[in-house]
Amino acid sequence: MRGATAVEWRHRSLISLDGWTREEFLFFLEQTDYMDELIDRPIKKAPALRGKVIMNCFFENSTRTRSSFELAGKILSADVINWSSSGSSASKGETLRDTVWTLEAMGADGVVVRHGSVGVPEYLEKKLKRASIFNAGDGTHGHPTQALLDLHSARKKLGSLEGAKMAIVGDVLHSRVARSDIQAFTRMGAQVVLSGPSTLMPEDVGALGVEYVADAFEAVRGANILYFLRIQQERMDDGLIPSVDEYHRRWGASEKLLALAAKGALVMHPGPINRGVEIASSVADGPGSLILGQVRSGVAVRMALLYLCLGGARR
Amino acid sequence: MTKQDGGKWTEKVTVLGAGDMERVLRRIAVEIVERNKGLDRVILLGIQRRGVHLAARIRELFKEEEKVKVPSGELDITLYRDDISVLADQPVVHSTSVPGDITGKRVILVDDVLFTGRTVRAALDAITDLGRPERVQLAVLVDRGHRELPIAADYVGKVIPTSRSENVEVRVRELDGEDKVVICEFAGGDGSGMEA
Repeated sequence: MRGATAVEWRHRSLISLDGWTREEFLFFLEQTDYMDELIDRPIKKAPALRGKVIMNCFFENSTRTRSSFELAGKILSADVINWSSSGSSASKGETLRDTVWTLEAMGADGVVVRHGSVGVPEYLEKKLKRASIFNAGDGTHGHPTQALLDLHSARKKLGSLEGAKMAIVGDVLHSRVARSDIQAFTRMGAQVVLSGPSTLMPEDVGALGVEYVADAFEAVRGANILYFLRIQQERMDDGLIPSVDEYHRRWGASEKLLALAAKGALVMHPGPINRGVEIASSVADGPGSLILGQVRSGVAVRMALLYLCLGGARR
Repeated sequence: MTKQDGGKWTEKVTVLGAGDMERVLRRIAVEIVERNKGLDRVILLGIQRRGVHLAARIRELFKEEEKVKVPSGELDITLYRDDISVLADQPVVHSTSVPGDITGKRVILVDDVLFTGRTVRAALDAITDLGRPERVQLAVLVDRGHRELPIAADYVGKVIPTSRSENVEVRVRELDGEDKVVICEFAGGDGSGMEA
């Protein structure tokens, strides 16, 4: 992992992982390794982004992603401002574009944005003259930093992802995490299989370029990574899931399901977890669980991202 | 050190060959032992990237001559550079790993070339974030002058007066396949300021 060849870093923003080459992923993950070292130190601080202003703009609720970006910026000495949509001018009818222009006028060098609508980060990237944009989740489109942190934590455990089998189980239809993860893990050489109720699969599941196996007990056979997606209460209200019990029995992470996976398989989940719904407590707290490792990786991954995109001379 | 685009640096003269480098490092090792009256509480910290390999050589010499295994680590100063926001290309981060707590220890910083002093300034800041050593000393293979900060080395392999349009390149076999110190000249331009 040490001393991988440096690639020329060409990204000023992160909207999606489209077009990222394998070499770019490897380079990025290696930079993340070194950020991990920094987090281990007694004094978790380096002056790399001193004088940079990062605005966290969350138009949808988030705790871990927002805190993780905030912490990443602060460890690298940037000033991080949290701008939440509730109680802000967004609720007074200001357009998105005006909001973000306001942030830029305040001197933001980076804007982290989460929004319920697909394409908002991309739109802002075009509108902003100076600031870098970091997509922290846009609708059901993508959540690229989640995929990067999943990649980083899985790779730290497995070494290489080349030839690894990954089963993503649950609500793929509404999941931006699944979309970004499929992209990232397949690019790194993993074989991805989807599973879950057909009501929670996109109509053109084939367009994602991966296999769909409805029966979770079939899908996880021999898998090295089991990735469980969060089931939201609304899905039950919408009648997309018969009942919590049935869902848990057929697609939830249980000891029985885990027993069919490869030896030492990793259990992953983007959080927050619903114990007893998509994951049993014994599995979430079990030896294969990587859930807290993912959270930790989130900080290191975002440090690497902020450093690589915000350092250097401005465009 | 850093090669500029287009490879316009041409090798002018070899200042130290493999044998000279070995002798110089031996002398530095002896001086470190002398100055510290032994190797008690001494830690070697090599600055990424060539300093790391030079520190490893000195460590071997300590093992050979003094029969002591001195703890050693590697220090990357990238995140502490004072020019991050002006460089066009983002500098790549390398590993920092320190052998345990450096508080109360005698840290010998090892680097290949002492030039402006800015790398050492950054290294001192990085060290401050890692602990509070009893003292920090600096060992360099080459001092080429042109200091921009009030910094001096405690152990110098060789003083090489240079002009700003020249560059001192230290090559180590681990990274470059050979042990050698050469002076390069930048043809057709002003090569100043390309080294931290």
